[in-house]
Formats: sequence, C-alpha cells, structure tokens
Amino acid sequence: MNYAWNWSVLFQAPYLGWLGQGIAMTMMVSIAAWIIALTLGTLIGILHSGASGALRLVTGCYINVFRNVPLLLQMFLWFFVVPELLPKAAGTWLKRDLPHPEVVTAIVALGLFTASRVAVQVAAGIAAVPRGQSMAAYASGLSTLQRYKLVLLPQAFRIVVPPMTSEFLTIFKNSSIALSIGVYELTAQTQQIQSFTYQGFEAFTAATVTYMTIALIVTALMTVIERRIAIAGPLARG
Amino acid sequence: MRTRILGLAAIGIVLAVGMASGALAQATDAVIDRIKAKKSISIGYREASIPFSYIDAQGKPTGYSTDICIKVAATVKAALGLADLEIKWVPVNLQNRIPLVANGTVDISCESAVNTIGRQAQVDFSSPFFISSTRFLVKSKSGIAELADLNGKSIALPINSVPERLIKSLVERDKLNIRIVPVRDNSEGFLALSTDRVDAFSTDDILLFGLRSKAPSPAEYEVVGKPLSYDSYGFLVQKNSTVFLSLVNATLARMAREGDLQKVYQTWFEPLGVPLSAPLATTFQVIGIPE
Repeated sequence: MNYAWNWSVLFQAPYLGWLGQGIAMTMMVSIAAWIIALTLGTLIGILHSGASGALRLVTGCYINVFRNVPLLLQMFLWFFVVPELLPKAAGTWLKRDLPHPEVVTAIVALGLFTASRVAVQVAAGIAAVPRGQSMAAYASGLSTLQRYKLVLLPQAFRIVVPPMTSEFLTIFKNSSIALSIGVYELTAQTQQIQSFTYQGFEAFTAATVTYMTIALIVTALMTVIERRIAIAGPLARG
Repeated sequence: MRTRILGLAAIGIVLAVGMASGALAQATDAVIDRIKAKKSISIGYREASIPFSYIDAQGKPTGYSTDICIKVAATVKAALGLADLEIKWVPVNLQNRIPLVANGTVDISCESAVNTIGRQAQVDFSSPFFISSTRFLVKSKSGIAELADLNGKSIALPINSVPERLIKSLVERDKLNIRIVPVRDNSEGFLALSTDRVDAFSTDDILLFGLRSKAPSPAEYEVVGKPLSYDSYGFLVQKNSTVFLSLVNATLARMAREGDLQKVYQTWFEPLGVPLSAPLATTFQVIGIPE
C-alpha cells in the first residue's frame, strides 16, 4: 500500500480542536437521546406489560414501527419528510427557525428509536419478576400503582441493568448515523479531517480509539452501578 | 574493419538487450501486477455524480467518466495482451474514494474528483478530462445571483468537498451571515433546496446542471453566479503506478486527438445544454499528446 503516514496531524490545530468538538457533539447527542430513550422507553415498557389490551396494542405498534425501521431511514424521514407533512408554517419553522435543526432532529430520532428497544427490555424485565410477587402485592391490598412502584419496578430495573448497558453502548455508536443529516459528530469530524489532510487512516484510528474508550468507561460505570444496587435473595446473581 | 563492424554489432546488441530489459523492468507496477494476477480491473463509480458517474435506471454505472474508463480498460487489456479482462465496479463516495484508491481496493476511480495539491500527497491524478467551476443552484424566482445575495439566508454544501471549503472561506472572509447546511451528497443537496430548507445549493456547476436536468420541472431552477473557482477533474490512481497511469493518459490522449473525447462529451453534455467550453476545448488539445 502506498500511504504516507503522518500521525502528527491529529495533534495540530485546527484538527485536534475538531476531534474535541466531535467528541463533545457525540457525547451530547448520545446522552440527550439516552435521556429521552430511558424516560419514554420505561413508560412504554410499563404500559406494554400492563393488563389493558388497548394500551398493549398502541405500545406494541410503537415498538414495532420504531424498532423495525432502519435508524438511517428514520433520521432521513424526520429531517426531510416530516417537515413536509406538517402544516406549512410548522414545517417552515422546523426547517428555518429552529436552532440547529440537524442536532435536534438527530437527538429526537435517536431517542425515539432507542426508546422502542428500551421499552422491550423493561417489559421483559417486568415479566421476569416471579408471578408470586405480583400476586402477593395484590393480596396485600396494594393498588396497581403501588404494585409497580414498590414491588415490580425495583426488581425489574435490577434485572435489566445488563441489557441496558448494551443499549447505552449502542446509542453512542448509533449517534454516528447523525452525520447523514449533517451533524458534525465524531465520525463526521473524522471525515472532515480526512478531507482536509487526506490522512484518513490516522483520523479514523483516533475515532476508533475514542469510541472504544467511551464504551469501556460506560461498561465500567454500569458494572459499578450493577454491584451497588444488587440485592441478596432469589434475584441475586452469581 | 570486419572486427570493428562485429564489435559495433555486439555493442548494438548489448544496448538493444539492455534497453529491452530496461523496458521490461519499466513495463509493470503494483497496479499492473494486480490487474494481471486477477485478470480484472476494479473501477470506482459514484451513485449520483450526474453526468460523470451515476447509476442508470437498470442500476448500472454509467456516465461520461465511466465511458472513458471503459476505453481505459480496453487499452490496459491490449497492452497486457490479456484475452479477457473483467471490469469490477466498486461504488465509492466523497469520503472513501481516496483511501480506497490508496489501499488498492480500487484501481482507478472514474468519477468527478478535483485535482488538488493536497490530494496528490495520497493519490496520483490522470490528465484532466473536464474543467468545472463552483457556482450556485437556486430557485428561479429567488432572485439570488451571487454569494452576497445569500446574506441572512442558508446554503447547502456537500460535506467534505472542495466547494464546501471554498464557500466557507468566502463566507468567513466577507463576514457574511449565511447558515450552512452540510449535506451528504448531491441528491440530498437538491432535496434540501427543493423543500425550501435552503435557498441555494453550491457545488461544481456541471453537477448542478445535471441535477437541474433531472428535476421534475427544470425551469423552476437556475444555475447562477460567476465562477468562483477553476477545477480540473482527473481519474484517481494509486501513487507511484507510473506504467498504469501512462496507459490511462495515453487513452485520454488518443481519444482527444482522434475526436472521440469530444464525441463522448457531446453524448453526455449536450442533453444538459452545456456545450464544450473554450477552456475545455483547449484542455483537450493540451492532453492530446502524440503517440
């Protein structure tokens, strides 16, 4: 291969700054989307696990639509198609007056997509709590709200910590799809460095190392959380 | 006398053999070796770089650059004396074309790459086969004619491209308040313009003419502005593959000399209403070097 390696570009101005901005944007988009995903996903997951048939149908529809349409397509639809379907004034506002429309769209799209995945995990977590617990809660005279708040959710959340770790890791990686609608996150900045310097391999290596570092930190953090909240008893894991 | 003639003949033979072996040593390089070994040449194409390299209705790569590269493949096949040379089409984009050529995945990238000094650090360029300028595509009714008219408005620019850098530097230099919307490719740029997300889309003017001609109603759009740059397009080949590069340039030279290049140009550009410009006609004369 004929390639002139030059690692120093990564530490030069303005490229170092671009990498920093890219990392900041990736963190911002991912964490903001994670907050949406966790809140909405938990809510939908709880409703989906409930007894009401109508609610199960509605939440099931949400989960199936958002989980089965590719994220790249969802980003594109939110950014280019949705403003056209809205009333003209609202569409124009989205396209012209909303500050940083691409960042906002990316956060919403990524958040709603991940929410569908979180919802499935939460519903599965609730289903994994032994039936006896729910029955005992009924027998003790707890209301539905109390049953969820005091008995089911505290146990279900502990069960879903490991799969949630995967979802949290995935959201950082999925945030790179935001570059398709013009968000200058880490991958886009990497490509920009390549475009200016033609030192693409160095820039992509830097991005790879950064994504891996983020992933390792998140994994370590979640392991600590998992240990802290572990309870002894039938749900305790080896 | 006789010995002298024999001596001269001997020197002549040595020289001839020496030159022949020298020529043999020069007759190959990494790209040529690869093509010989695989009996195939991999040509990079773009999905929406109209009319240079794009996918036609049947999903096949087609266009002006693609047509020239099919001729290049024929030249390579003849020069290497191969009975059969398969063409492998490899899709490339703005971000990956240089790495793919540098690492040898693509033998020649045939699309619309502007020759720049910076890019020459990683890849070599063929002779120029097209000259383009950065201009704007706007809606006819908008009344926009120059970059300054976009003050307080927004413009779409292809992410990581030469026009993007040019417009950004002009916006900074003239302290204009223009919102820049980066787009992934030309069709997305056109989509942003047609849905009124931006007031203008700027890239190489010929690509803009291509987009305009493919629009549902071309009359609604206009290519405006004085040329902001003078960019020559070349095919990308791996660095230091001189033998392969001279085969590419020889193909271009022969086509330019014999008028084939002008004919191919007409096939692709007349329908867009872009006749052969004076600078490009001169370029064709310059690259049409004799055998």
